[in-house]
Amino acid sequence: MLTAQLPEFNVDRDEDRCIQCRVCERQCSFDVYGYDVQNNVMIHKEENCVACQRCAVLCPTNALVIKENAYTYKQNANWTREAISDLKKQSETGGVLLTGMGCDKPHKIYWDHILINASQVTNPSIDPLREPMELRTHLGRKPDSLEVKDGKLSFPDYPKVELSTPIMFGAMSYGAISYNSFKSLAQAAHEYGTLFNTGEGGWPKELRKYGSNTIVQCASGRFGIDLEYFNDAAMVEIKIGQGAKPGIGGHLPGEKVSEHISLTRMIPEGSDAISPAPHHDIYSIEDLQMLIHALKEATDYQKPISVKISAVHNSPAIASGMVRAGADIIVVDGLRGGTGAAPKILRDNVGIPIELALAAIDTRLRDEGIRNWASLVVSGGIRNAGDIFKAIALGADAVYVGTPALIALGCTVCQKCYTGKCAWGITTQDPYLTKRVNTEIGTQALVNLLRAWSLELKELLGCGGINSIESVRGNRLQLRGIGLESWEMETLGIRGAGQ
Amino acid sequence: MNTAQAKKANPRKGLSPRQWIKIDASGMYYKDLNRQIRGLAEQGARKFDLQNVYGQRYIGTNLWATERDKIRIRVHGTPGSDMGAFMDGPEIEVYGNAQDATGNTMNCGKIVIHGSAGDVLGYGMRGGEIYIRGNVGYRVGIHMKEYDDKIPTIVVGGTVQDFFGEYMAGGRIIVLNKFFEGNPPVRQSYFIGTGMHGGNIYFRGDVNIEQIGAEVNVIEPTDAEWKIIERYVHNYCKAFDLGERKVKLLKREKFWRLYPKSTRPYGMLYAY
Amino acid sequence: MKDLSKVNNPYGDDKVISQCSIFGMMNTTGEVFSGKEIITAIRNMHERGNGLGGGFAIYGCYPDYPDDYCLQVMFDTRANREETEIYLKRFFHIQHSEEIPTCPTEVIKNPPDVYRYFVQPKVEELHEIISDDDIVIRRVMKINTTLDGAYVFSSGKNMGVFKGVGFPEEIADYFCLEQYDGYIWTAHGRFPTNTQGWWGGAHPFSLLDWTVVHNGEISSYGANRRFLEMYGYICTMHTDTEVVAYAIDLLARKHGLPVDTVMDIFSPPVWEQIDRMDPDDRKYFEVLRSTYGPLLLNGPFAVIIAHHGEMVAHTDRIRLRPMVAGIKGDMVYASSEESAIRLVSKDLEKVWIPVGGHPVIARLKELAKDDVVEGGRELLKAEGMEV
Repeated sequence: MLTAQLPEFNVDRDEDRCIQCRVCERQCSFDVYGYDVQNNVMIHKEENCVACQRCAVLCPTNALVIKENAYTYKQNANWTREAISDLKKQSETGGVLLTGMGCDKPHKIYWDHILINASQVTNPSIDPLREPMELRTHLGRKPDSLEVKDGKLSFPDYPKVELSTPIMFGAMSYGAISYNSFKSLAQAAHEYGTLFNTGEGGWPKELRKYGSNTIVQCASGRFGIDLEYFNDAAMVEIKIGQGAKPGIGGHLPGEKVSEHISLTRMIPEGSDAISPAPHHDIYSIEDLQMLIHALKEATDYQKPISVKISAVHNSPAIASGMVRAGADIIVVDGLRGGTGAAPKILRDNVGIPIELALAAIDTRLRDEGIRNWASLVVSGGIRNAGDIFKAIALGADAVYVGTPALIALGCTVCQKCYTGKCAWGITTQDPYLTKRVNTEIGTQALVNLLRAWSLELKELLGCGGINSIESVRGNRLQLRGIGLESWEMETLGIRGAGQ
Repeated sequence: MNTAQAKKANPRKGLSPRQWIKIDASGMYYKDLNRQIRGLAEQGARKFDLQNVYGQRYIGTNLWATERDKIRIRVHGTPGSDMGAFMDGPEIEVYGNAQDATGNTMNCGKIVIHGSAGDVLGYGMRGGEIYIRGNVGYRVGIHMKEYDDKIPTIVVGGTVQDFFGEYMAGGRIIVLNKFFEGNPPVRQSYFIGTGMHGGNIYFRGDVNIEQIGAEVNVIEPTDAEWKIIERYVHNYCKAFDLGERKVKLLKREKFWRLYPKSTRPYGMLYAY
Repeated sequence: MKDLSKVNNPYGDDKVISQCSIFGMMNTTGEVFSGKEIITAIRNMHERGNGLGGGFAIYGCYPDYPDDYCLQVMFDTRANREETEIYLKRFFHIQHSEEIPTCPTEVIKNPPDVYRYFVQPKVEELHEIISDDDIVIRRVMKINTTLDGAYVFSSGKNMGVFKGVGFPEEIADYFCLEQYDGYIWTAHGRFPTNTQGWWGGAHPFSLLDWTVVHNGEISSYGANRRFLEMYGYICTMHTDTEVVAYAIDLLARKHGLPVDTVMDIFSPPVWEQIDRMDPDDRKYFEVLRSTYGPLLLNGPFAVIIAHHGEMVAHTDRIRLRPMVAGIKGDMVYASSEESAIRLVSKDLEKVWIPVGGHPVIARLKELAKDDVVEGGRELLKAEGMEV
């Protein structure tokens, strides 16, 4: 059938530079390139191009420029090119539009409307390079008070995890991402003293040696779960929802369930791995309490149990219920949180920005006097150390990052993860592609990211005259808003710049 | 004696540079005290004996444009903070303890303290010498620097507290760790030489790796460096009237030289 | 409801910033002495203040009413006083009341009327079981936040706070403090940068018999404050000193932690040092930091904290503000500058610079084995640094 779609991107090849080495052809996993032997020229199927830039980066003579196609429909604020093109796709297929990565719509990015304070005169800024500057973070329930009995401190010993920096790698399952990517995350978390999250796709046996740096998920699909799985990890996370697709489940197509994935997920090779929308043992908050305590029982009360939800309208009340149900850590994933595959209509329209949800939840938990009962981890749209600092000052204990980790591994956010053809070898199971992520190089790239962001966090702490991250946590006086309306500042609990 | 009185006493020929002029600083505001010293110096006086000093700041600071390298000041009591700040030439001897920020950004001259001194001694010091009989507080020798023939030197007879020699960019500090007090146990300090990128610290006694900054190397001093240590310990003994024979004993003591691994400790810190 | 923050923080800053001089002295046998020396000492540090606040705390100054709470109150007008007295009579048995004697001087401008009331709370007015201390705190908060022109600035037993706008030596003259005797005295000279100064905003800041004089700025104020708000404290003054006082009240009085543990919470060792400790100490600090991390006082500060029986001199853990301690016989001194101690006690037996984050705690001999201890664990396997 003739498609009415126009190619989204143009391949601009400088024929003077091209040496017909065919690297582009071998590198492109979307079948854009071919070689015309007779004329010794490269030929293009531009309609297949996703602008992942793999070919442009690897072209030895810099002959390729991938550009946005300049085609235009009549200017229309309502019927944009994207709206028309999406509609045509659906009329041609009758299907739900799929996409990958987080919401790319221009909703207000609150991080960019928040500014950070610095010390001048009345207290000294602290030099992070030469004076101690502490980022160490503990996640888990904290006692409301301690007691001294007979000269000795007595305390309830709640399970906790320790991080060298308040940055963790968010849940990305083996299946959604390749084995090498998954292993790189595990190794980097281990090397830097933080945690990575297995997602719900099980946990390969040979990576269990990184158990003290691993969070395992218990999601609605319950893949690869046995008692060892829980007890080998540092923390267990119940996944209720995900920022990119609140309220729905997931689906790893059978063709991706290879032998090793089948072993890891403990399902037959080639069968679809389906995650139901809800946990069918949780239809209400008291059911969540039951599952939390089942996991505590299964781990002998030695591991903190976290519960992850997506940021939705009444998150503060939900969070309060989760804390009261016994969650040691609550994770909130915002509107811009990433995904391997999600219906575009959900990704772009459901949920709220993490900044607002985070502030509202922290405020609510404090108002109720239960903020100590659980740690608060946020994710979804964190792009740099400034965002992390702001998240912590708004009240978060730590953050999860997913997309930044993938970008460190090579990702260019082309949003085609759901196709399984990732040319960078990250969100694919094709053995020809997956070897493009080298675990040694990948691990180093991730460690570099953690190191660079940690150094920057220390600079931000030091300039505010603070030498320990716990003095930033919830310290909203370190923040000021700019370009925000009063309701927004009220929700964020910050004042305006100059106020 | 105030400036006016001094003028009256020596209306024409000025004051004798050899005579010690006594000043009772009791209850005196620092500004008045320092102005008085300067006034007398402008009339030719060069030696000042300050009695009952309690916290007056900036002693020795404003003696520029006089024959400053001949000026000597004795301080009895407890001088205030910033003693010898920006000082350029005079010699101060304190019979007691000094407070914080002694020798702040000092350029030239000498300070001898018979007691101990507080925090941030020798901050940004560019030249001259400071001898302390007792202990010193936090962040001593912070960002000392050297250029050409100007090499500031500090000798501490006692112990040092944390962040000693922080960001040190030049000069030398010798720490005797109570050698002349019969080697009593000393308190361990931490974060020694964090950010050090120039100069040398000569430290008597053992230094554990966890006490020093990541930018610091530890090595035994060379013979040439020993000569420097000896020279300044000799000066130290002279300043405090200690038997010089003891300097010889020092040779058997273990000294460590702490020096920066690199003049650019943060070269690898930044992305391209 | 009146808004004290508007009075003390007229420009609505995040908090009121002020830097200062502090001095404290204690006789560890409990013998009382006059204020002559502390006035001399704090006057010597005149340079560190700017005349916009000075104050003193005296312990043991009301031996005639040792078991009554002494509420010292400042009033704007006579009508304010009469209204407040009606309130006091409703909720307290007033054993004795009087105008606090003052010696007006030219330098003290526009002083409020100051009165004191020796009281016992009326338990019968309550329908719940709470301690006398909590009743007093509740009533004091009520007066301070609702009654116009009235501010209770001291509420402990057998102790008093005296403070106002002026240099500390001027405040001492104004309140005729040379006539008082006490076994602990603390003093404060203030250098606020963003208020014209309000009498109630001067230091010491007090709650029951706990008093705090403070030098420096606490950069963690926002985190500390939000943590305390969770435990029901309302920070009306917008000063970091207030936060210190409430934190002590929470930790020492409500949670019953000993004062050295409280100081360990305020200034814990860095993790790198904790990692090197033996397992017991490591656990101790891990638990303290993970429970009370939000009460870590970050940024430069030196404080002298006192209550009956104890005086504590304490600094931040990397010692960004000065503190010197001294001992002569039964007397223990703490000061921003050594010269101030030397001025009032010529032949000290010991003078030293305490290690950052390690409190010097002076205690009544009858209460403790050691009347002066330097707190902290890891760093002080060796002795404190003697000068």
